[in-house]
Amino acid sequence: MKQHLDLYLTLLKTSIISQFQYRVAHLFWLLAMMVEPVVYLVVWGTIATSQGGNVAGYTAGTFAAYYITWTLVRQMNIALTPYAFENRIRKGRLSNELMRPIHPIHFDMSYFMSLKVVTIVLWLPIAGLLWWVFQPAFTFTAWWQIPAFMLALLGGFVTRFLCLWALGLVTFWVTKVSAVFELYFTIELLLSGRLVPLAIMPAWVRDISQWLPFQWTFGFPIDVAVGTLTGPQVAWGLAMQAVWMLIAGGILALVWPHAVRRYSAVGA
Amino acid sequence: MGQTIKVDTLIKTFQVPEREAGLKAAVGSLFKRKYREVEAVKKISFGIEAGEIVGFLGPNGAGKTTTLKMLAGLLFPTSGQIDVLGYEPQRREKELLRQITIVMGQRNQLMWDIPALDSFELQRAIYQIPEGEFRRMRDELIDLLNMGDLVKKPVRNLSLGERMKAEFISALLHRPKVLFLDEPTIGLDVTAQRLIREFVAAYNQRYQASVMLTSHYMADVQALCKRVIVIHHGQLLYDGGLAGLVEKFAAYKTIGVTLNDPELDLSEYGEIISNSKGQVNLRVPKSATAQITTRLLNEVAISDLTIEDPAIDSIIEQVFQQEAQVV
Repeated sequence: MKQHLDLYLTLLKTSIISQFQYRVAHLFWLLAMMVEPVVYLVVWGTIATSQGGNVAGYTAGTFAAYYITWTLVRQMNIALTPYAFENRIRKGRLSNELMRPIHPIHFDMSYFMSLKVVTIVLWLPIAGLLWWVFQPAFTFTAWWQIPAFMLALLGGFVTRFLCLWALGLVTFWVTKVSAVFELYFTIELLLSGRLVPLAIMPAWVRDISQWLPFQWTFGFPIDVAVGTLTGPQVAWGLAMQAVWMLIAGGILALVWPHAVRRYSAVGA
Repeated sequence: MGQTIKVDTLIKTFQVPEREAGLKAAVGSLFKRKYREVEAVKKISFGIEAGEIVGFLGPNGAGKTTTLKMLAGLLFPTSGQIDVLGYEPQRREKELLRQITIVMGQRNQLMWDIPALDSFELQRAIYQIPEGEFRRMRDELIDLLNMGDLVKKPVRNLSLGERMKAEFISALLHRPKVLFLDEPTIGLDVTAQRLIREFVAAYNQRYQASVMLTSHYMADVQALCKRVIVIHHGQLLYDGGLAGLVEKFAAYKTIGVTLNDPELDLSEYGEIISNSKGQVNLRVPKSATAQITTRLLNEVAISDLTIEDPAIDSIIEQVFQQEAQVV
């Protein structure tokens, strides 16, 4: 345990040093990523106002709370895309990681955790500006709301990270599978609460999304922060995250040994 | 000391998709894809002792890198046995990975944006090297490679030679017992090449590590390897001493003579490779060397005569040009 902690702390430290080398690039990237939620926010805020104050219970202030939290959740659940995995396998870049006596997943995990340390520092002033402009309306119902949000945020990242890593393993069998990844991301866009809060979606969409991982990695942490969920609903959401972590982790553990057998180390 | 690497009838076959050029063939391949089996490594066997440096030679596409990758556990063999330090590399057990390393001249392993010193720290954590041992080894390697304060510069700001030296330090911090070096001096200037060679020799001496080296620079092989393994078309052509390779494959010898009369024509004695102001180099069949030397001494006024084997590069080139013939 002590050895793993040392490894993670060193990996994090090294990755953070590396990330800060490109802080300006990160800032611009972050600003570019803000465009999407601001568009949604303006559209839904306008609709809410034109419909007499709310859409399915969401006021302009609730929408503002939703999409400002969205910007943080989006940053926090960024994980290795299957495209990066594809690139890594096609060009043989996995060889370096495979030669080390630890699973490559730890490098990715620590890299993305370090990325969050850097982006959260850059995100704070942007969030402050959005708060000032759009006047969000959060509902604080209980003391546990903030720790539950932190937990849901972390759970969302780990769940999404494991799901995308598991999906990336497909590349060991079919070298170029961008279309599969695109399909995954499109479904995620619709069923995660990224495009619109799931509460606004039809009932059948909400029913389907209950049993898929997407909303637990995106809409759920936002809903916890905004204060639209009850205690049992939060507990259920955290449990669903745990279930999807187990499913994706289980797939990884089962498939990885077979996947590595197929690695051709081309170009490295 | 026993063998650290044992390879027995190793085979690696790749399935390569194949189709004719053109749109019609491309559309056809959507429905029915043809594959061709390519045997990259064909039943090769050898062993390497602890502390031995072995040159692994062959032209591009001979199967050298494929073999090295199988020995390092990056590729699964199709059949045959590999034993490295008592482990099967393809199982990628942590205990083995902590004792081996691979350095590829065309592949960067250090983190690009941070000083090498920070990457070394990461290696310490990955290989769980005790702090004191890590510092001692790191400083020793920095000293051996004359890196000094260069390790404090971001890797992207280092020259190719400096980067390669930093790669070596990073790869050896955990004091591996087996080193796979794949073209480690490629693209380096002669000074950096020499330094890397001296460093590999020093590491080998100090830690009795086994080294498998592939290189297209024969100077690397001549400086470091008493023994070479030559493969071609995936088959083992030769395994033995470097001197034996010359003996076995050099069909010619070079006779150098210094003539008293620079205008004299020696073409009847052999093929003239060079002629400069009476300094003539003749290529003669190895079996006829003694007879031609006697004739030259008896028939021509010469002030000096030398007999040499051809340069190792040209022998290797000659071997590669031959059809693969298993020995």
